[in-house]
Amino acid sequence: MATGRDDFVIAIRSAFLKKKDKQKFSLLTLVFLSIFVIVLSNFNFKAIKFIKLGINEVIYRSSFIASIPENKIKELFSEIKSHMELHESQQQEIVKIENSEQLKLQNEFLTAENKKLRELIDESINSEEVFAKVLLDKDSPYLKSVVLNKGTKDKVKIGMAVIDDIYLVGQIIEVNYSNSRALLLSDLNSKIPSVLEPDDIQAVVSGTGNNFGIIEHTQLDYKEGFENKEIVVYTSGLGGIFKPGIPIGKIDQSSEGKINFFSDFTQLNYIKIVSYNFGEEK
Amino acid sequence: MSSLNKSTFFKILLSYLPLIMLFFSVFNEFDLNYLKLDYFAFNFVHLLIFFWTLRNPDQLGYLAIFFAGIINDVVIGIPIGISSFCYLILCSVTAYIRNITLSPNFMKDWISLLFTILLINSIQVIILDLIFLIKVDYTNYLINSGFTFLFYPIFFLIFNFLNERISYQTND
Repeated sequence: MATGRDDFVIAIRSAFLKKKDKQKFSLLTLVFLSIFVIVLSNFNFKAIKFIKLGINEVIYRSSFIASIPENKIKELFSEIKSHMELHESQQQEIVKIENSEQLKLQNEFLTAENKKLRELIDESINSEEVFAKVLLDKDSPYLKSVVLNKGTKDKVKIGMAVIDDIYLVGQIIEVNYSNSRALLLSDLNSKIPSVLEPDDIQAVVSGTGNNFGIIEHTQLDYKEGFENKEIVVYTSGLGGIFKPGIPIGKIDQSSEGKINFFSDFTQLNYIKIVSYNFGEEK
Repeated sequence: MSSLNKSTFFKILLSYLPLIMLFFSVFNEFDLNYLKLDYFAFNFVHLLIFFWTLRNPDQLGYLAIFFAGIINDVVIGIPIGISSFCYLILCSVTAYIRNITLSPNFMKDWISLLFTILLINSIQVIILDLIFLIKVDYTNYLINSGFTFLFYPIFFLIFNFLNERISYQTND
């Protein structure tokens, strides 16, 4: 029994401490070093911050270059898929075009009316936009985020909204000198104050880690009014980060309470980083 | 072909291939996600490190694995050091297996891999969820572990072939 325990101890000691010919460091040293790095990355000292920024800058750029072949394969897959679905999508587009002219006129009237009403209550929303390219789009099982090619030098700040076309796709969570990281709405850690229309119900849209969102922190019987209706989810503007009315997604009858995001997060290429100033005349 | 085998460049390239694959995959986070298959993900880096540190540790240095972990953390956006720690735990297990094993056996390696990836994914989830308060999807981790385990035989054949070629070239 004692011999067995000795063997175990010898094997463990040998595994952690013994260096092979070509190994410059023992495993134990590196394990301790990685624990040290984890602890250190938790502190927000200026020196650590700068080192982190430097590492991020170099690795994001290198990763962008290394991802070129994979991105090409992705593009190829997406092109093949769009060719296969060409007829079906064309039929859908025809219906959309027919409806769009009416919607455009209605939209113009509502926008003008909305502007007038905001002027009456002395409320104005100004926005500053920065256009950015998606550098890295890693559909990681751990964190749903994208790396963008704009950073502090372009006045990007943490918390700014990330918009694809007119749809909200996420929020800036990390800013480096020339790039930044945006957390997508689909991430488990994403929580956006929103409003469910047409019933005007306040809620929080939460990511699930999959390509749909769910509704949280709302009235218990909110589903009762949903029968036979298509629910559109917009930002509510509560919290003062996003302006109210940015479309997020919709809940239809087939989606069983899940929010289908308007934007396809796997196809993001160019996006807008937007900051909103409330109640300031520009 | 034979002249190609004997060229120094080819020899060097072959001997550095595991290292190149490691860094290429951490920069890419290669897991065939562009196939857009729901509930399909596997960790190529875990397979790569497990095989090479078990069968031919001279081809994959611990320091390189440590740096690959740092890069992986930055690319996927989790706190720096976690992947390095997990990769080095993987190396510790393989070093232990190497020390207690006289003759390598594929089945034993495969079963050990299952326990090891469950261990390191559990460590990663504990660190992210309980220490850094970052929400993670447990299902995704389980699926990832499952597919990583299932894919091992395929990658074992590929890596084994490569390992034989490297050994042949080195002894040549």
